[in-house]
Amino acid sequence: MTTILQKMACKIRQDIIEMLVLAKSGHPGGSLSAADIMSVLYFSVLKIEPDNPQWPDRDRFVLSKGHAAPVLYAALAERGFFPREELVNLRQTGHFLQGHPDMLKVPGVDMSTGSLGQGFSAAAGMALAGKIDQKTYRVYCLLGDGEIAEGLVWEAAMAAAHYKLDNLVAVLDYNGLQIDGTNEEVMNSAPLADKWRAFGWNVLEVDGHDVEELLNSLELAKNFQGKPTIIVAKTTKGKGVSFMENQAGWHGSAPSPEQAELALAELKGGNAHV
Amino acid sequence: MMIAPRLAYGQALVELGQENEDVVVLDADVAKASMTILFKEAFPERFFDLGIAESDIIGTGAGFAVAGKIPFVNAYANFLLGNGWEQIRISVCYAKQNVKIIGHNIGASSGKDGPTHLPLEDIALTRAFPGMTVIEPVDGIEVKKAVKALAEHVGPAYMRVGRIPIPVVTKEDDEFVIGKANILREGKDVTIIACGVMVSKALSAAAALSREGLNAEVINMHTIKPLDKESILKSIEKTGAVVTAEEHTVIGGLGSAVAEYLATAMPVPMRIVGSPDRFGVCGTYDEIHEVLGLTVEKIREAVRDVIILK
Ligand SMILES: Cc1ncc(C[n+]2csc(CCOP(=O)(O)OP(=O)(O)O)c2C)c(N)n1
Ligand SMILES: [Mg+2]
Repeated sequence: MTTILQKMACKIRQDIIEMLVLAKSGHPGGSLSAADIMSVLYFSVLKIEPDNPQWPDRDRFVLSKGHAAPVLYAALAERGFFPREELVNLRQTGHFLQGHPDMLKVPGVDMSTGSLGQGFSAAAGMALAGKIDQKTYRVYCLLGDGEIAEGLVWEAAMAAAHYKLDNLVAVLDYNGLQIDGTNEEVMNSAPLADKWRAFGWNVLEVDGHDVEELLNSLELAKNFQGKPTIIVAKTTKGKGVSFMENQAGWHGSAPSPEQAELALAELKGGNAHV
Repeated sequence: MMIAPRLAYGQALVELGQENEDVVVLDADVAKASMTILFKEAFPERFFDLGIAESDIIGTGAGFAVAGKIPFVNAYANFLLGNGWEQIRISVCYAKQNVKIIGHNIGASSGKDGPTHLPLEDIALTRAFPGMTVIEPVDGIEVKKAVKALAEHVGPAYMRVGRIPIPVVTKEDDEFVIGKANILREGKDVTIIACGVMVSKALSAAAALSREGLNAEVINMHTIKPLDKESILKSIEKTGAVVTAEEHTVIGGLGSAVAEYLATAMPVPMRIVGSPDRFGVCGTYDEIHEVLGLTVEKIREAVRDVIILK
């Protein structure tokens, strides 16, 4: 299983590069950092039916860091929610893969996002609705580490613990970078795990590129009762493409065709999953 | 010549920082996009990045103002006004604090980032506040004058700044006074009142219309609030018809401001050119303008419409 998930993460990374070079814009860094997380979610954890994206009992996924849309679109396409051929139309006028996820346009997208902080709050709302409807679905939400500077995130965190939303699982893409620099320089969020614990969450810390650790922690989260869980996943922004790794500059600019070729060569060489 | 308003803005902040020690600059993790990075490099001790926290940045700005500083608070217009709206309402406008709110990536600036990132409502949101001054400079040259004027002006103010290079239509020695419109082209058949990038499109439309024998007056309404009613009335008395144009929804923006005034002062045939009541699309700056009808051709059509009704 783990090899399959690693291979899929690598495939997703290649999709991301191929999409962004054609779109000539978009966000590689935070998409690449989340590829392993998304591979594990979409190819092992989430209870979903690609042919029936509106299945009422499906697990929900909210990409609160909506700028990482390419990693979501790649995962959805690879999982069969829509044809892979659509990926090349990312960000083109008249096509459905918008710069940020649009729930009205893209099959499999459970919430429209792009304004940081809001997705997490909506995820808590979905989880709360699941509770009162006595549904067994779970709600998963991917947060950015810069994103959690938004006050809204902490308002929702407090509410999720208050309502004991153990059907809500947040994954924090802890890549240490945002746009203006490192979290530490821009707005220090440390000590992260302690903050979430103090807010009443079950906190698990993992290597966000180790699919086995991710799988195990998501399994633990499923069985944890009485509190929402956050998985603090330590990642590398730009993971898998050497010249993008840990570079704030690759947050929001697309690779040139030459750079994309280099990136794809590296990814196909398999560097991404060691 | 084309200048990106944000570049002129960043440079103007640095000049202002040299002249005025009370100026502080706040940003919300978009300093490279807003170009406040230039101020950060020049005056690191007066620059504060508050992270991705647009409501906090407004509140903190208000606190700086209470303490006697002149804060310029920056983020993308939609996030800044959206998340900071209630702070702007109470801590800035109700408390009458001297905070300069600078909305970046306005209109179609964010292009392919798509509808979530295309603020088309920011004039409407800010114009509604009592005591708020609302400015959209017409070009890079005017941005610099506007920054100076904002620093001298005491009170809450909002300024729109675009990302994409736009045509320069003014000269260094043209006057810029908050609340005083500039007539860029005189005419007698119709008045076109525009702001921001739409002024250059209005000038193109006027040039094309003159070949049809129509003589349009073009007003650069860089200050949307307070509105220069006197200049509007003077022009309308002459032309008897008006078209407005803005990179903003037709609801609540420049066109609405002009209509609100003229409806009682002097009703004349009028058309508002702006985005219809919808969200933007994913595309390049020009593609989005085309889809939303923010074009020279739309201004020409609107002019023909009002002239028939005269
Ligand atoms: C409310 C809001 N403010 C600002 C932005 C602009 N923005 C997009 S991504 C980003 C940085 C995100 O950093 P982080 O959450 O760490 O994401 P990652 O590193 O995973 O890409 C910013 C400021 C936004 N999309 N929404
Ligand atoms: Mg980050």
